[in-house]
Amino acid sequence: MRKRALSVLLAAAMSVSLMACGSSSSGTATTAAAGDAAAETTAAEAGDTAAEEEQAEAKPASDIKVGMVTDIGGVNDGSFNQSAWEGLQRAGEELGIEVNYLESKTDADYAPNLETFIDEDYDLIIAVGYMMADALRTAAEANPDMHFAIVDDTANSDLENVTCLMFQQAEASYLVGMVAGMMTETNKVGFVIGMTNEAMNQFGYGYCAGVLDSNPDAEVLQYNVNSFGDAAGGKSAATSMIADGADIIFHAAGGTGLGVIESCKENGIWAIGVDSDQSYLAPESILTSAMKRVDNATYEISKACVEGTVSGGIITYDLKSEGVDIAPTTDNLPEEILTAVEEVKEKIKSGELTVPYDKESFEAAYGDVYTLD
Amino acid sequence: MDTIIRDLGLLINATLIATPPLLYAALGSCFSERSGVVNIGIEGMMSIGAFVGAVVALATGRPWFSFFCGGLAGAAFGLIHAIACVTYGADQTISGTAINFLAPGLAVFLCKAMFDNSSDTPPLDTASKLPKLFDGVFPAGSFMSNVFSTYAAAYLSFVVVAIVWFVFYKTRFGLRLRAVGEHPKACDTLGINVFRIRYICVILSGFLAGLGGAYVTLATVNQFRPVVIVGQGFIAIAAVIFGKFTPQGAMKACLLFGLCSGVKVLASAGNKVSPNLISMIPYVVTIIVLVLFVGHGRVPAANGKPYVKSK
Repeated sequence: MRKRALSVLLAAAMSVSLMACGSSSSGTATTAAAGDAAAETTAAEAGDTAAEEEQAEAKPASDIKVGMVTDIGGVNDGSFNQSAWEGLQRAGEELGIEVNYLESKTDADYAPNLETFIDEDYDLIIAVGYMMADALRTAAEANPDMHFAIVDDTANSDLENVTCLMFQQAEASYLVGMVAGMMTETNKVGFVIGMTNEAMNQFGYGYCAGVLDSNPDAEVLQYNVNSFGDAAGGKSAATSMIADGADIIFHAAGGTGLGVIESCKENGIWAIGVDSDQSYLAPESILTSAMKRVDNATYEISKACVEGTVSGGIITYDLKSEGVDIAPTTDNLPEEILTAVEEVKEKIKSGELTVPYDKESFEAAYGDVYTLD
Repeated sequence: MDTIIRDLGLLINATLIATPPLLYAALGSCFSERSGVVNIGIEGMMSIGAFVGAVVALATGRPWFSFFCGGLAGAAFGLIHAIACVTYGADQTISGTAINFLAPGLAVFLCKAMFDNSSDTPPLDTASKLPKLFDGVFPAGSFMSNVFSTYAAAYLSFVVVAIVWFVFYKTRFGLRLRAVGEHPKACDTLGINVFRIRYICVILSGFLAGLGGAYVTLATVNQFRPVVIVGQGFIAIAAVIFGKFTPQGAMKACLLFGLCSGVKVLASAGNKVSPNLISMIPYVVTIIVLVLFVGHGRVPAANGKPYVKSK
């Protein structure tokens, strides 16, 4: 009986870990094998590929199909999946192309979802989120005559048929950091991150730089909860910063951030949202948000697809190209701060001000202030 | 000294944030397991409780009523589990697994149907959320506020532990439910209705799991999202096994898990230690405590076995 309880528990633990981190090693192995086989056949057909591509470019817009695969957040996540789909819908209306999406419930769905669009011969397949990088690589290598795009990932930039859609999130974070630096009364502001990697750390570099440039006396308290889905952890981290005197907290932590915002609301301090305009979550407590305009990126790449100008490589969307921005909701911001933000925005756009976005450029200017990298 | 008090307050606060959902669900699991029905559907019952709690709060603005409705939603799935496992003698693990797929799926489906195809409910305003104890009495961020001024339902979960303990060990019903989990045939011979007791226990387990889920949406955060319940149900089941199938043991285990998740977060400040090492804390502590302090646990003898009256 004891064994039975144990086996039940183990089975349960396994299914949770599959859902939570879901590396799905077995799935990857099989698709990798399939990829190898496909690569061999395409090597034989390599000569035909170029001809096919030219044909694709000559297609009328109404025959063009663009599909996107969401990550586990789903298409209505109130964040970047939703934003990506809004961009595609706009492309569908304005350009007259056919657009569609598939939602991934678990990490194991990425490969089959990409495969579905491949089978239906889509002209452009967009993977939303860096978690799909491995699945996308397999699919792109197996189908060199089809075109793919991926949001927030550069690992596949070596493939000719993959466009990497990147965002200069450091610039948006710089703007909200500036707001935080000017608005803080305790000279202590907080930052909660969901996970550290090159792309996520950009939020930290930009934010710290913005805070210090507008308020050299301010201190940035920093927590890495190491999860995007731990609301309780986000709440504890924020509560701890508040006990240390922080009066504004910026989160770049997805679902963990819900806990951060809730703690700020309960304790009557300001929170700063991320990715989309998160003001609706707590209108009285969200000061502003650092926005990533994924919709503009998916719209632009669809447009390029119609015009036949889509190519591999990395496209970075920044403040200037309206890829990132500070939230349009400004109810909680005083006039003089808005004016200051506009001025800095222009400076960044004109290139007069460069926002640090990696360890090297940040530490050269500010020293080792950002400790989470 | 000040920093020690401050850190202690934060640690207690973090524990009080993470523990209650686990505790409600674990107490539910105790009822079911002790009566001889394995219920791994706790996770799914928490999901539906979280969703229904949020929706009722949005509609009525009455937090305690919504909390109760979250429990009822869990109880409804408890009833399904009871019908499958007690009446029809289905495999309890399979039925529980089915509930873990069905209930979260239903929650997301209903959410999309009700809220303009969105898998998140709109956020709740503070008045529709469960009230805090001593709200505003202590200054924000102070030790007193961190320890005594969290959600009333968090403290309530410990009161429920005492009630469940009383029911288990001081009432006739408790004696019967424990007996049914050990030797249903003997109970049946003595005229105890095994089916009825198991029905009550499984439905109660769903109700408490539903409360645990509703606590998350009505206290920890302020809306339902598919990601608000990820694995807490399984951790609660682990806590029950860890706590030797007693309510007081399950409480200690839940507190340990809650404390570890608090330590995990607080230790991450400023990144002085690798976050991957910190993330190991709960697992390492669990193994150490399991090996050193928890003796031989005994599973209820009839747990997992459907009872069939002999002809």
